[in-house]
Amino acid sequence: MMGKYLHVLGIGIQNTLVYRANFLFRAAASLVPLAGTIYLWKAIYGGQHADASIGGYTISQMVSYYLLVTLVDAFTAVAEDDWQIAAEIKDGNISQFLLKPIDYLTYRLCLYLSGRAIYTTVALVPVGIFLFVLRGYLVPPHDAMALVGFMASCALAGLLQFFLAYVMAMLAFWVLDVSTFIFIQFAFEYIASGHLFPLDILPAGLARAIQFTPYPYLLHFPVSVYLGRIEGPRLWQGFAMQIAWVVAGYLAARLAWSRGVKRYSAVGG
Amino acid sequence: METKTQSAWRRYASLYAELWKNSVVREMQFKANFLLWIVVELLWFALQLAFMSVVYSHTESIAGWTRWQVVLLVGCSNLIQQLFTAFFLTNLMEISEHIRTGRLDFMLLLPVNTRFLVSLRKVDLGAFANAAAAGAVVVYALHRLAHVPTVAEILGFGAMALAGLSVHYSLMFLLSTVAFYTVRAQGIVFGYYNLFNIARIPDGAFPPGTFRRVFTFVLPMILVANIPTRALLGTMASPLPMALLAGIALVLFAASEWFWRRALTRYAGASS
Repeated sequence: MMGKYLHVLGIGIQNTLVYRANFLFRAAASLVPLAGTIYLWKAIYGGQHADASIGGYTISQMVSYYLLVTLVDAFTAVAEDDWQIAAEIKDGNISQFLLKPIDYLTYRLCLYLSGRAIYTTVALVPVGIFLFVLRGYLVPPHDAMALVGFMASCALAGLLQFFLAYVMAMLAFWVLDVSTFIFIQFAFEYIASGHLFPLDILPAGLARAIQFTPYPYLLHFPVSVYLGRIEGPRLWQGFAMQIAWVVAGYLAARLAWSRGVKRYSAVGG
Repeated sequence: METKTQSAWRRYASLYAELWKNSVVREMQFKANFLLWIVVELLWFALQLAFMSVVYSHTESIAGWTRWQVVLLVGCSNLIQQLFTAFFLTNLMEISEHIRTGRLDFMLLLPVNTRFLVSLRKVDLGAFANAAAAGAVVVYALHRLAHVPTVAEILGFGAMALAGLSVHYSLMFLLSTVAFYTVRAQGIVFGYYNLFNIARIPDGAFPPGTFRRVFTFVLPMILVANIPTRALLGTMASPLPMALLAGIALVLFAASEWFWRRALTRYAGASS
């Protein structure tokens, strides 16, 4: 039963290996804006008195925050998955999956996992060098529990990220061009996941409101767990919320697919 | 009687007018999509402004720049980026596609300068709307700074913005000619997008060192928006930085032309 999906995993790895040079370039190029952001934050802290803290972050913690965001992003971000799914729907390539004894969601999940495995491996080189250069700023995980929690929440963040991309791509059943919708969604994700800055530096009301969306669980939550900013009962609440969002994402993905396929068959006659 | 250069200018101007007409027709076919793209770009611009506004709720100044000076910088940076998008971006992204599909062969046969054609074929009209939004932010920031630029400052700003635009164009054109050597140049061209991000950071934030030198002299991202902004504000002690940006813009343009010609001589068509 699992055999065929393992096979998909293997094919996915072979296919993405072709793009290893591309991945390497992408990972290296993304370090330029990261370096820019870190210089900007150093200048912001430089203008303040020594051992200043902004939103409860010292300069080391702030730099670490961005380094960890880069790491979680390398582990979990969707690369081409949403575009590929949308293209397969638009071009009618999904018809073959409706006939084969293969579950499309599981199939795409395998491809996503293999893509991430290759990307993370390739990105490890430039990101590793970057982390080494900035090792003076990188704070270690708060404690052993924080490290385990970080890894677990990364895995859940990856699933959530995948379901989100999958649901967005399902829009291709209804609209001709999904790219604008994906970019608009991504803009909200960029700010509300904590990619642009840690959510703790926002005004308290706004930061609290964002906690009710799935976005913080993509980046901000795993990084906060690592830094030990979320502990005790709040840690378990956070995990409960993250798992709830993953389940909700899964259900939404299933629902969007079944609705979409009904419409698709109707159009295809 | 008109001279040969005059008639050539006239010919290219009327040709460019035709290309504009084509672009309008093309964009109006998908009006909803056209409007949505403007929304996407506005959202990202708002995001940059939101970032700076959040940062300035925790500090008074960054590397000597006040809040509204930085808003002005973000506005100028986006204005230049949007003008670049309007005139060049789509065209430069398509170069590798022209080579792969063999359309370049056809373009080489046309009795026009091929670089003119590949650089200016399409106009991204939506980007003008976003450039206007950036222009509005620039004007508002000047208003908040209570700074009324002099004629000299406005002229200096215009010249420097053009130099910045030219830097973006030459660098990306250079990157696209890599497509003559490898078919996977698209990734390299996308990578250039990352560089826009450092253009809107105040120059004073970059300490002296390799990073600053590379992004000043080789890929002058630290200059492209900072110098026009400073020209508009009149915060430069000497005209030297302006001369530097203008000089680099010229060198990069010459380099891109040299590479383009070299690449063309070894180009053998898509079929071979």
